[in-house]
Amino acid sequence: MKIDCKHVWQHISAYIDGDVDADLRAEIDRHLEHCEICSAVLDSTRNVVILMADERVFEIPSGFSERLHRRLDAVLAQGLAGG
Amino acid sequence: MTSEINSAAIGRETTADVIARILAGDTQLFHQLIKPVERAVYVMLYMLLRNETDAEDIAQETFIKAYRNLHNFRGEAKFSTWVLTIARNEGLGWLRKRSARPEEPLEPVLDESRGDFTPALLTDWREVPPEALERKELRDCLCQAILKLPPIYREVVQLRDIDELDVQETASVLGITPGSVKVRLHRARTMLQKELVPVLKSFAPATKRGWFGRRV
Repeated sequence: MKIDCKHVWQHISAYIDGDVDADLRAEIDRHLEHCEICSAVLDSTRNVVILMADERVFEIPSGFSERLHRRLDAVLAQGLAGG
Repeated sequence: MTSEINSAAIGRETTADVIARILAGDTQLFHQLIKPVERAVYVMLYMLLRNETDAEDIAQETFIKAYRNLHNFRGEAKFSTWVLTIARNEGLGWLRKRSARPEEPLEPVLDESRGDFTPALLTDWREVPPEALERKELRDCLCQAILKLPPIYREVVQLRDIDELDVQETASVLGITPGSVKVRLHRARTMLQKELVPVLKSFAPATKRGWFGRRV
């Protein structure tokens, strides 16, 4: 089986997650060795995935946790009536 | 980090033990129980409601609801998955009640078989390292790109790539099949790559400089 670029793009996400079987992975790896476009698509997609996962991207408002736990304190003080 | 404080405090007790103790009356433990999921709940609601104040309010309601319904928690799911499901339902309920944003229904607005899911094509990629996230412009670009995704793709990205839930857990929070999670995640990542590649290029460090200080 020889795969083309489009075929590789369809599997980029699964490839990044290690969710492709051994045969397909080997086929994709062979394609990547000589295809600079697919290599760059894979590298850039992986780069985006890594950056997005960083905690700094979505900031929690300052004092969020304190306000949450203060409010919960009032609720916890009432006990678990329904439980 | 809060998760370290939490694990030190809870020690080797399992989540199920902690929940049992809370239900038996040691209610203060609820504070520790939710520490590791606070962030994920807030981010989920921020992505859904796209407003900090609303996200914070509904996050508080979510945890109060989780506390009051703790006796309904069944150990088959992880506690985090259970709380995120409550958060999503609370967020959706709030949107429905307000129905102030009809421009953004959460139900699939796109026929899933349609759409252009071709990546941006390029011939080389200089990696943008995580240190670049110190720059607010970069953080804002990433935030905006994620918020621009259609809701059904945005929530999959959040659960899989930001909260790092596995496929099964993501499927369970969203009430869809694992196959759909994978398809949506693939499309979402492709859309993000297409949107972000032109922007990210300017954040890649110069690897070397040629003569006259020009970048090569």
